[in-house]
Amino acid sequence: MKALLDWLDHRTGGKKLLHEALFENVPGGARWRYVWGSTLTFCFSLQVITGLFLWLAYSPGSQTAWESVYFIQHEMWGGWFLRGLHHFTAHAMTVLLVLHLMQVVIDGAYKAPREMNFWSGLVLLLLVLALSLTGYLLPWDQKGFWATRVATSIAAITPVIGPALQKLVVGGSEYGHHTLTRFFALHAGVIPGAIIACIVAHIYLFRRHGLTPKEPRKNPDAAFWPDQVFRDAVACLAVLVVILFFIVRYHGADLGAPADPAEQFPAARPEWYFLFLFQLLKYFPGGTEIIGAMIIPTLLMLVLAAMPFVGRWQLGHRFNVGFLWVLLGGIGWLTYLAVNEDRQRPEYLLAVQTADRDAARVIVLAQSPTGIPATGAVTLLRQDAWTQGPKIFGQICSTCHRFDGHNGSGGQPKDPISASDLKGFASREWLAGLLDPERIAGPHYFGGTKFKEGKMVKFVQEEVTGFSAPQKADLQKAIVALSAEAALTAQRHLDQRDAVIIAEGRKLLGGEALGCVECHKFHGAGEDATGPDLTGFGSREWLIALISDPAEERFFGKRNDRMPAFGAAKMRTALEISLVADWLRGDWYEPTRAKGGAP
Amino acid sequence: MDSSPLPPQPDRRNFLTKASAVVIGAALALVAPVAGLMVFLDPLRRQTAAGGAVLVASLDSLAENGEPQKFSVLATRIDAWNTTPNVPVGAVYLQRLTGRQVRAFNVVCPHAGCFVDFREANNCFHCPCHNSSFSLDGKVLDPKSPSPRGLDDLLVEVRNGTEIWVHFKNFRAGEKARIPV
Repeated sequence: MKALLDWLDHRTGGKKLLHEALFENVPGGARWRYVWGSTLTFCFSLQVITGLFLWLAYSPGSQTAWESVYFIQHEMWGGWFLRGLHHFTAHAMTVLLVLHLMQVVIDGAYKAPREMNFWSGLVLLLLVLALSLTGYLLPWDQKGFWATRVATSIAAITPVIGPALQKLVVGGSEYGHHTLTRFFALHAGVIPGAIIACIVAHIYLFRRHGLTPKEPRKNPDAAFWPDQVFRDAVACLAVLVVILFFIVRYHGADLGAPADPAEQFPAARPEWYFLFLFQLLKYFPGGTEIIGAMIIPTLLMLVLAAMPFVGRWQLGHRFNVGFLWVLLGGIGWLTYLAVNEDRQRPEYLLAVQTADRDAARVIVLAQSPTGIPATGAVTLLRQDAWTQGPKIFGQICSTCHRFDGHNGSGGQPKDPISASDLKGFASREWLAGLLDPERIAGPHYFGGTKFKEGKMVKFVQEEVTGFSAPQKADLQKAIVALSAEAALTAQRHLDQRDAVIIAEGRKLLGGEALGCVECHKFHGAGEDATGPDLTGFGSREWLIALISDPAEERFFGKRNDRMPAFGAAKMRTALEISLVADWLRGDWYEPTRAKGGAP
Repeated sequence: MDSSPLPPQPDRRNFLTKASAVVIGAALALVAPVAGLMVFLDPLRRQTAAGGAVLVASLDSLAENGEPQKFSVLATRIDAWNTTPNVPVGAVYLQRLTGRQVRAFNVVCPHAGCFVDFREANNCFHCPCHNSSFSLDGKVLDPKSPSPRGLDDLLVEVRNGTEIWVHFKNFRAGEKARIPV
């Protein structure tokens, strides 16, 4: 063993190097305030290792980035932990960079001959922030996508080269595959390479000039090993414990719904340590953004970079320390304002809620037996009735209709209800309400429509009111049978159980006794009917056809009230209409028995 | 480096400090590689989906004289995060035997995984990579063939009189025994 070590040493000089590394002089002995540089080196090495392993599973591309990150997070062994480690170490690095900067400025370690050292540190600060900025996009989720759109739009206001710069960064005029390949190359190649070069320079210069002791020195000089190494190790451990706490607390890093350029995302915010810049931009009216986005940050960086010169004057050091405190205080204040403003804005809170809901839903869909198609997980949400139904309902239906009293997503439209409430449409309860003399002309059914004065209301209020007990029983059966026409998922078991009643009810519906076929067609009966055809009432096909064109003969014909022909008039696509129909019918994927997951 | 004052010599009494520094340092160094290796090793714990029978062709499409014909096997392909139904996951040679009997070989050469060709002239299967050759019944033809075993035959069912269903599987290459992957 010793022979081997000697052989190696003879050829590499490793022993001397190790000796130099370990027995570096620490003037005034080991102190806790010297640990920040080491914690940063530790964090950076964590990032390099976790980053390389993430690289083994990540695929940059607008149909694969989110999907591969989903796979890491939810399917791969310990993937959530690896992502969490990479994510929260990035946060830790930002905090530690600030602490390191504060220690350097307060201790006056930026003064001559350590200017280069200080400047290389500032460059490192900017490079690490650039890592955060590029890394934020890589999962290609809604929040990263929309936040990055803002960031690259800011790049576009750079004078002269702005538009070209933006196009180069984005890899074209649209965000897509090349945005990801570029950001990924920057994030995993160019910037880390630059950081390593700067760290080498930074540590070389640090060794060249030695540590800046905090005066007064409490103890005699000592070697780096073991006391300072021990303190550094404990500090790194403390950092790691904090990171681990956050990983476990949040079960790794957050992953939003996949990026959808067509889906507005008002919950987009940059990472918390960029919030101050985000807030600052709000104060600059159109045309002057450049002041907040570039001029002020650049000036502040220049003041920081000038510290070694300012520090030469008598009061220079005090000015530097004061400036740093004011700067950090200002950043803190702006961050607080940004957070506080969001917290008091209901639209923002609702947007966050929707974002969380979509993020959770897409995981359920990705783990369904159908899995993620080659077109990407964004397709899953776009074609999911549970996700899209309420949105479409809110946009096109809720101006007149309601869903359980709201617009589908819990909000209140500005106009009062003027058509039926469609919660549970075609269910037994819904039909029982329609055929209730007390309720049919109420706001939840025909109260707000011109059918309030129509034949159906008259029939229910005049005829049904006078029904005898056996007739009422027949009506019950007819309701059960009519509801069975819809074949609602939620009533599947009831419909199976009541097969006999349904058969009777169908006869009653088609017969003369109840009088339905006087106005309605039903499986061939009611030839002269002019009201809506009840054959397949509430079924998927029936509902889609109704929404597409309610003025069709089969439905309301000429008597149609105000409902537009969403399909026939090309107001909405066939997909959108089928999604809202599926949603109203309660028809969407539920992972009840089909437990998804790895094959 | 430049001349600095002689560094003080290490203090041998600080055993506890040194030991803790080393232990903590080792623990710190382990976390990221262990987390990464778990993800890296993930493929080892994944099982290939057990392939059920797949409808490959109809009996009428096979030559009566028993000449092998190549067909794609369409099935649901699961590629990490993507699930794609009805795409080619492999190919088979089908031969019609006497009556309604059908023989199926996986087209993959058991030597190193190339696809074998059927050579009409020699009435045999031939691998274009390393010249293994196989007779129509799948046995190694030329003893100098590098393939360690004959072509891999697959279980075939003829359903409803004409539908040829194949239990498609791949086997490990380069081994004497047939081991499904």
